[in-house]
Amino acid sequence: MSEAALPMRLALVGSPNCGKTALFNLLTGGRQKVANYAGVTVERKEGRFSTPSGRHYLLLDLPGAYSLDAASPDEIITRKVCLGEFPGESVPDLIVCVADATNLRLHLRFVLEVRKLGRPMVLALNMSDAARRRGIRIDVDKLQARLGIPVVETVAVRHGGAAELTRCLEREVPAAAVAEDSSDLHSQVRELIAEAVSMPRRTAEIDDAIDRIVLHPALGLVLLAAIMFLIFQAVFSWAEPLMEAIEIGVAHLGTWVGGALTSMPMLQSLVVDGIFAGIGSVLVFLPQILILFLFILALEESGYLPRAAFLLDRLMLGAGLTGRSFIPLLSSFACAIPGIMATRSIQDPRDRLTTILIAPLMTCSARLPVYALLIAAFIPQRTVAGIFNLQGVVLFSLYVAGIVSALAVAWVIKLLRKDKSEHALLMELPSYRVPHVRDIAIGLWERANIFLKRVGGIILSLTIILWFLSTFPAPPAGATEPAINYSFAGQLGHLLHLVFAPLGFNWQICIALVPGLAAREVAVSSLATVYALSGHEEGLQAIVASQWTLATALSLLAWYVFAPMCISTLATVRRETNSWRQVWIMAVYLFALAYVASLLTYQIARVLGS
Amino acid sequence: MRLSELDQGLSAVVQEVEDLTEKDPISRRLRDYGFVSGEPVRLVGRGPIGADPLLVQVGYTRFALRRNEAARIIVGEPA
Repeated sequence: MSEAALPMRLALVGSPNCGKTALFNLLTGGRQKVANYAGVTVERKEGRFSTPSGRHYLLLDLPGAYSLDAASPDEIITRKVCLGEFPGESVPDLIVCVADATNLRLHLRFVLEVRKLGRPMVLALNMSDAARRRGIRIDVDKLQARLGIPVVETVAVRHGGAAELTRCLEREVPAAAVAEDSSDLHSQVRELIAEAVSMPRRTAEIDDAIDRIVLHPALGLVLLAAIMFLIFQAVFSWAEPLMEAIEIGVAHLGTWVGGALTSMPMLQSLVVDGIFAGIGSVLVFLPQILILFLFILALEESGYLPRAAFLLDRLMLGAGLTGRSFIPLLSSFACAIPGIMATRSIQDPRDRLTTILIAPLMTCSARLPVYALLIAAFIPQRTVAGIFNLQGVVLFSLYVAGIVSALAVAWVIKLLRKDKSEHALLMELPSYRVPHVRDIAIGLWERANIFLKRVGGIILSLTIILWFLSTFPAPPAGATEPAINYSFAGQLGHLLHLVFAPLGFNWQICIALVPGLAAREVAVSSLATVYALSGHEEGLQAIVASQWTLATALSLLAWYVFAPMCISTLATVRRETNSWRQVWIMAVYLFALAYVASLLTYQIARVLGS
Repeated sequence: MRLSELDQGLSAVVQEVEDLTEKDPISRRLRDYGFVSGEPVRLVGRGPIGADPLLVQVGYTRFALRRNEAARIIVGEPA
């Protein structure tokens, strides 16, 4: 078979956080997520590229591993692919082993371990620019001679930074590596470094200086709290003008399109009451979601997250978790699905399961529209204590409520488990990096895309379905109430109302809860559609403010702190735990918590007179 | 002396990593990280609550280790 028909299969392997995925993106033009902590990539990813001379390659990006003696689920994938044990996949033709040039003492050991496999292999010394800046000098020729494999320098974050690697691939296919099986790997690494590497200091001066502040027992905690608080303030204060612009734009467009359809009242109702009211009410939250992500992405790239995990580990240990759970849980603020997948980097299966079970309690960005709507409708726009935006404070406390209940649930799981054995932390703290504007821009763009696809896909479809269910059957002749009361959705809403009345939910809310199970934002768009069909002309926020009591609003907020998660989250839990039992446990406990929390909130708020 | 007993800011040299159980996975991982005999280590800092976890430098890398993890590492005076 010709070479063009069968591309050469390359696999990127290496220690965690050495830049494999950045290199993958550079070579293939891919947009896989990169960040500055160990364990970003938890799956095997595939891409293609060709060299200037026209040769084609299939490139596998694999999770980082400290050792082939795999300890965590993501490392097992890497080991299996390297050994050719991964189902449906042959052994890669060439292993591109990546090592961080500033962290060779740790990474070379894994390189030597991979070399022992006796496969054709190339070593890429990545971040060679950072190494040079720190005055680290690496004698590549000597390293190459001692290792017996080609060694190239790469800068994965720079355009053209993989040129040496592609040139090396074009030259020849390296022969299978031969390992001298003499002393242990660690002493071999020491010898290699003594011969080929000169390093002025063991760590970057700047890292030491930043860590002295960031990890300071008192200052560090204050800083962490300040950063978290700033994020939630920004979500409310910065997004305001953008949201207004979107709102006005959608309203104008709706009026204009509606005006063109006056001859067809049914279609006009579908477009104006269904699509524009529904979609517009969700679309308006795009700026807030992007601001939240701006912060999350910047934190991920900077290397701060593992520091936060360090500061919080003891607290999380008390709740039966580990500092390692921090990063998956923080990702869950974006969406529980990547958060649950990120738990693959947790070695201990018990810690991993607990983290998965509580991940949906972290307030995901799909809940933000619900919170933002209710807060804007019921909490006055006011400055408290001179500097804080009251709405921001309330939002912050809702997030805190989620976190506190997550810790409480984890603690209960720990009690139920009656397990006294040891859980591990063992976490690498990477060098700090200034976030790349380009990476963040790509991340935000991807996020906006995902959100808009949701709006145009599932949210639009559900909105249209809901419009039909809320419009048909038409009311009988001589009906006195609004038409929606006689529709399928209206009847369902009234039926559910029997269950949810003690929580203070009206039948309109009950209708919105059902599609909200598919995607939480839809609860908002559904409310907009239901109210629009009931003949209300104002914006949803104004309707809610005038129609609901404060007790009902608080109760719905409490419901959404715990809200039984969306269906895609349940599907992810099923896949990651391979067990329906965990899915049921999760769904039932969240539903029960949500019901009880809303019941208490509503009843207490009523007694207090709101 | 154990690494967990080292004073903040001080350096030492690893003598060995103890296995608490048979094929202790935590000890194995510590050795992968570079905690092996003859390797210099430094206790850089401590966590805010109960002085746990510990921030330990080995090779060119910093790791967060809980006290009971660091207690597996026997260290001696720097040579």
